[in-house]
Amino acid sequence: MISSIWAIAKKELHSFFDSLTAYILIIAFLGFSGFFTWISGSDIFIRKEADLAVFFGVSKWTLFFFIPAITMKMLAEEHKSGTIELLLTKAITARQIVLGKFLACWILILITLAFTLSYYVTVSQIGNIDHGATVCGYMGLLFLSAGYISIGLFASSITNNQIIAFLMALLIGIFFHFIFDMLAYGASGWIAQLLNSLSASTHFDSMSRGVLDTKDLIFFFSLSFTGLMLAEVFVTKRLK
Amino acid sequence: MDVRIENLCKNYGPQRAVDHISFEIRSGEIVGFLGPNGAGKTTTMKMLTQYLTPDAGTIWYGQSSLVDTDIRRQIGYLPEHNPLYDDMPVMDYLAFMASLQGMDVSSIPGRVKEMIKTCGLDVEKHKKIGELSKGYRQRVGLAQAIIHNPKILILDEPTTGLDPNQIVEIRELIIKLGKEKTVILSTHILPEVEATCDRILIINKGKIVADGSVHELRARSEGKQLLQLRIEGDAPEKIHSVLSSIPTIDAIKWLDPAKGVLEIQSKTGEFSNRSIFHACVANHLELLEIIPFETKLEDIFRDLTLN
Repeated sequence: MISSIWAIAKKELHSFFDSLTAYILIIAFLGFSGFFTWISGSDIFIRKEADLAVFFGVSKWTLFFFIPAITMKMLAEEHKSGTIELLLTKAITARQIVLGKFLACWILILITLAFTLSYYVTVSQIGNIDHGATVCGYMGLLFLSAGYISIGLFASSITNNQIIAFLMALLIGIFFHFIFDMLAYGASGWIAQLLNSLSASTHFDSMSRGVLDTKDLIFFFSLSFTGLMLAEVFVTKRLK
Repeated sequence: MDVRIENLCKNYGPQRAVDHISFEIRSGEIVGFLGPNGAGKTTTMKMLTQYLTPDAGTIWYGQSSLVDTDIRRQIGYLPEHNPLYDDMPVMDYLAFMASLQGMDVSSIPGRVKEMIKTCGLDVEKHKKIGELSKGYRQRVGLAQAIIHNPKILILDEPTTGLDPNQIVEIRELIIKLGKEKTVILSTHILPEVEATCDRILIINKGKIVADGSVHELRARSEGKQLLQLRIEGDAPEKIHSVLSSIPTIDAIKWLDPAKGVLEIQSKTGEFSNRSIFHACVANHLELLEIIPFETKLEDIFRDLTLN
């Protein structure tokens, strides 16, 4: 039920903001993306284009590393401290737990990204920004995050060790982030097509250019669904 | 809500943790679950709370045997090591647990206050759980188990880590709760079972080896009445011959002949108090003491679980 999912999400959000996790994430994310968007060698002023392409490019990488850091403890910690027993003997299912945790991480990313809307406002003052493309790019970031959060939750569900969960999430994530993309260059025919369609980067890049294709939406939806489903399976399976 | 277990089995790999256990617990009954370490107590409790799935057998909660959230809403559970979220303040934690049990949002703050009062957490209510002493953590664990007013209460070693005063308080609380709920508690502390439980289940190597009230178990394992006597007024030989003429007495053992202290054992199912009294009166002996020896629960426990 929605209320149970929300109860879990609320608790996790509280613990993000009660600890330093949320603040560090927000500050570090704004630091990285801000530096590359406004200050570094290939920033907006040098490119002389009123768009957020640089920001989306940097965010893609920042989120790739940051998301495993927030998802790693989600289920691993519950198993390690034994609190999973507390949760699963309550009127809540493993699915609701996983969805609640997913929602909390996703909202945290949403809040983090909300701070970068100031970049959008600034750029739109400087020149003629393509509003459609920017909105599409932000959607891309949210979809990409959803996919990586799901991978992170799955990684966290298979171990009690947070570091293993973190590295595992990166290991799985890196395939979707660029290995499939790289391999697609070398391959040809249907293999190249398959690899290309599995690459989160490719899907995100096309969204960040302002192209909203159902293929991209279906990809991110499937990636998230698979990750969350596997996480649920492992949460229940480890009880047996 | 009654709980009925039928032929419950659970294996961990090749090891059989719970082996065809069946029992029934009625509403308003407090059942003590006893057994040596590794006997299967915790495993049985984890199956009762639907945390573990049985390999075979059925658990009936009232009329239902489903594994679902509606059943779990009726269960309050204090796990063995009492896992808690250390970084949460006590009040937030209790509210979170209440919301997970699907309690109405508007009723939660009132209920949290009530629990804090019932479990004596008032001084510590704003602290983070990680800062609490073991006794207070245990109280928090108990509070989360009963916050949603469950019909079935499953407590795995509820009094570990508590000081003697707290133990008495918690026992009183359990007895109070037990009047309207079905309570199952496991423990190693035998006097605790005598103090709180209506019924005892002793489990050993995954099987139930005894089931009954403390009195029943005693009667079953006692069999023979044991009395310590102090008789004066004549030589020990004379006293011995008077006693041995009583037909219900099986054995006589002198503990301290100089003081006239001896121990007698009645035949199985017989009681000798009256005959001893009358024999002493008839033979002009002075019967100064009759002390009945009760078999201790410890002995029953040892008898049943050591083999």
